[in-house]
Amino acid sequence: MTRGTIVRANLRRRLRRTILTVLGLAVAIFLFVTLRTFLRTLQTVGDVGSESRLITSNKLGIVFPLPLAYRARLTSQEGVHTVSYATWFGAIYQDPRNFFANFAIDAESYLALYPEIVVSDAQRQAWLADRTGALVGSRLMEQFGWSVGQTVTLTGTIFPGEHTFNIRGAYEAGMRGFDERSFLFHHRYFDEIARISGGDGVAGWYVLGVSDPERAPAIAQSIDASYENSAAPTRTQTEKAFNLAFVGLYGNIGFFLNAIGLAVVFAILMVSANTMAMSARERFSEVAVLKTLGFTDTDVLRLVLTEAAVVAGLGLVLGLGGALLVFNLGSFDLGGFIPGLVVTPQIALVAAGIALLIALASGAVPAWQSARLKVVDALRYVA
Amino acid sequence: MTPLVDVQGVTKVYQRDSQQLTVLQALDLTIAEGEYLALMGPSGSGKTTLLNLLAGLDTPTDGSIRVAGEEISRMKPKQLAAWRSRHVGFIFQLYNLIPVLTAVQNVELPLLLTPLKKKERRDHAETALRIVGLEERMDHYPRQLSGGQEQRVGIARAIVTDPTLILADEPTGDLDASSAAEILDLLTRLNTEFGKTIVMVTHDPHAAEQAGRTLHLEKGALLEQRIREGHGAALASAGSDAVQEREP
Amino acid sequence: MRIPIVYNVRSLIQRPATTLTTALGIGFVVLTFVGMLALANGFRAALISTGRPDNVFVLRSGADAEISSSIDRDQAAILRSLPEIAKLPDGRPIVSSDVYVVVAKPRVNGTETHMPVRGVGAEALAVRDQISIAEGRMFEAGRPEVIVGRGLVGRMQDTEIGERLRFGQQEFTVVGHFEAEGSAFESEVWGDNETLMSVFRGPVYQSVVMRLSDPASFDRLKARIEGDPRLQVDVERESQFFADQAALLTTMLRFVAIFVTAVMAVGAVFGAINTMDAMVAARGREIALLLTLGFRRRSVMASFLLESLLVALAGGVLGCLLALPINGIRTSTTNWQSFGEVSFAFRVTPESMIVGIAFALVMGLIGGLLPAWRAARGVVAEGLRRA
Repeated sequence: MTRGTIVRANLRRRLRRTILTVLGLAVAIFLFVTLRTFLRTLQTVGDVGSESRLITSNKLGIVFPLPLAYRARLTSQEGVHTVSYATWFGAIYQDPRNFFANFAIDAESYLALYPEIVVSDAQRQAWLADRTGALVGSRLMEQFGWSVGQTVTLTGTIFPGEHTFNIRGAYEAGMRGFDERSFLFHHRYFDEIARISGGDGVAGWYVLGVSDPERAPAIAQSIDASYENSAAPTRTQTEKAFNLAFVGLYGNIGFFLNAIGLAVVFAILMVSANTMAMSARERFSEVAVLKTLGFTDTDVLRLVLTEAAVVAGLGLVLGLGGALLVFNLGSFDLGGFIPGLVVTPQIALVAAGIALLIALASGAVPAWQSARLKVVDALRYVA
Repeated sequence: MTPLVDVQGVTKVYQRDSQQLTVLQALDLTIAEGEYLALMGPSGSGKTTLLNLLAGLDTPTDGSIRVAGEEISRMKPKQLAAWRSRHVGFIFQLYNLIPVLTAVQNVELPLLLTPLKKKERRDHAETALRIVGLEERMDHYPRQLSGGQEQRVGIARAIVTDPTLILADEPTGDLDASSAAEILDLLTRLNTEFGKTIVMVTHDPHAAEQAGRTLHLEKGALLEQRIREGHGAALASAGSDAVQEREP
Repeated sequence: MRIPIVYNVRSLIQRPATTLTTALGIGFVVLTFVGMLALANGFRAALISTGRPDNVFVLRSGADAEISSSIDRDQAAILRSLPEIAKLPDGRPIVSSDVYVVVAKPRVNGTETHMPVRGVGAEALAVRDQISIAEGRMFEAGRPEVIVGRGLVGRMQDTEIGERLRFGQQEFTVVGHFEAEGSAFESEVWGDNETLMSVFRGPVYQSVVMRLSDPASFDRLKARIEGDPRLQVDVERESQFFADQAALLTTMLRFVAIFVTAVMAVGAVFGAINTMDAMVAARGREIALLLTLGFRRRSVMASFLLESLLVALAGGVLGCLLALPINGIRTSTTNWQSFGEVSFAFRVTPESMIVGIAFALVMGLIGGLLPAWRAARGVVAEGLRRA
């Protein structure tokens, strides 16, 4: 028997209480880690964006297109090795609530710029050869139960009408966090559709591959300067910056998620501190006995804190472990909506810190009370 | 030979709200090594307070207490804790065993404060339980034991560190007659066979009869002492002074 | 015989620390719940109040948002002339053909968002009469002037009166601020439709909104429009349109609110069980005494359950009180359906508070059930032994 035996025995004294406390803590830590993970992923969506790709869009905003005629000048820009372009199509599949990204791209150049789009050679060739062909992300294929070779019809919102496509390939993300829920088709097919309403001859945005990322800011400035006084001025920025701008659209969401996380931690702190204090109160007489035997205040403090630490530690393992299982191992990402949900070491560290804080705080009050307990007074409880 | 315990001029005053309560008044007392002393007196007479002072659980307001040559009346709480662990074995009226530990684990508890290794601790604890006759029940929990058995575990715990002093606070107060008799027998054995110095606070005159010397306390002062027949010589040879009496 | 409630109340007051911390644990769960619902409700309220049921909203058919829609002048002219439309005293139809875009603009804190800009017709203030000029004046048609909704003032850069907003090559002077009864219009910048047309997308409108002279004639108007081969449009009540625009985000926010709160509640319930358990354990003697006095086991159980509910109720009320200051806090986000910035205020509603308190009571019930049941059962012998 050791001091550890005492701690273990105390934890098993009211097993249900210990288990409930551990579970409550685990739940709170799981929730906290989940919130933090969501937040981090939303905020670091820029990590997925590349620094060696530039996005040139209309300065007024992404809803305004750019002339296809810009292509020539962009291709001749020094430092840019490849130019591609894409346009948001915004169609829906059957139910408007089935939201997914569908856009037209200049196929060959786009695939050259995005090695993250991984597709077999055979499917790639088949897609390039088919004017109405579609290259679809694997998660999207799963969601709608589509298969390669199938013909699907999308309903246009910006470009009215029913539009048919032949799915020629399914792509996978070559990098964690890269979107696997997009529907890509050929820009020349888009041009045909758009011509009906006079909306052809434009592109939603350009993607530029730069050879030297260090030169990206200078290149961006040069491009924007040249179009500054035109009918469609541009804004050019790295893809990273472009993605981050989308995060800014959420507004204060970071603040609110953190606030919720805080409330969660507080609530569970109340609960576990309360439980520890109750347990300690029930054992004052035993503390008196220990002190009579010669255990010092420090000894008693250590026992109390060890107990609290074990509870907090178990809660941390279950809560954090659960989150790791769901996100890191299980790759849960809300059906692909928020790709790259992963618990980072920093988040795990914060969670551990919180568990430690809870252990200290819940152990503090009973430890302090026990220390203050004058043995002779306590013995009166006892005898 | 110097007495094992030397109490001189000890006063204990408690502060309760704005009032002062004098529980012990300039008390003198000596206890020889190997003595079996009983302290009797009505409630509030200060006998438990005196016991607590001897145990180093409290410090006197004034006066000095020397045990085995050490002055304990001015020690800091941390020092007292260390001192207690080496020199005192305490037996409680309500046994006060830790309910979540087995009998042998309870007995081992004081040994955690010593430098002994795990195996050695276990051996000592088993030995102590053997002495009190509870070997077969060493892995039982307190709730599985009768009152008398629990107290025996309490005694085993008190002797396991081979302390200088064994102090018992109403050890038979919660027991039925036959269990009480067993406990008293055990205490007597500890004194006669093992030479342990015992100070026992008790209400029960029958229990006090087992002791070699009985002191009566009333309102904080020692009133009289009764020395058992044949015990006086033993006291004299141990060098114990007669109890000095003061006016109550 | 019932155990008087005052016994429970006294017991709780005698253990202030335990009672308070348990109540706070439950309270924080309720606070989170009410707070998150306040976010969802605030957003929804802003949009719900944006449309009128007697205004008819027309988009190009198939378009799911104003952003995706385009209606040419010819169609707009046909719509203006329909008989069911209400008219001003001077005979002009109460119709506004709107240009609607969202422009990338910086917030005051530097982050960027999409600012909704609406070019409206001359009769716009008649069609949307919840609009009123709060400061400055209305813009003059044909001049490079705009007015800014109250929700954007102080949140977006360059929105003070006298400042200039740049759209492409054109600069527009802010000449006034307007209010719109807390609706989504307050998050918009308004100007003259013809002027803004030339800056943005050329000679098309995004939507046409018209006032019905008789609200009951909606169906007839809708049938007329849908029967006209020259018009390729979708028709709905304006109120319905904006309500639908709120649907997705509101649903998502509510879902998150319920999910987070449910998970938190599980933890809080565990805590409540522990607390009640300890209370029962600590009061073994009292329970034995009550039973000896003649109170039935059922009464003892009911009494403890009641105590748990009292603590939970206190926690629920506490949580609601803590949530009240959140009411009215302004924030903004992008409504993905319209792609424009929406500024709104948190809205703590009585309904959410009632649900929150009910939720707290459920937590108290679940938390107290097992311990209360145990209290009434085999605690007697032990309690008496200690007595």
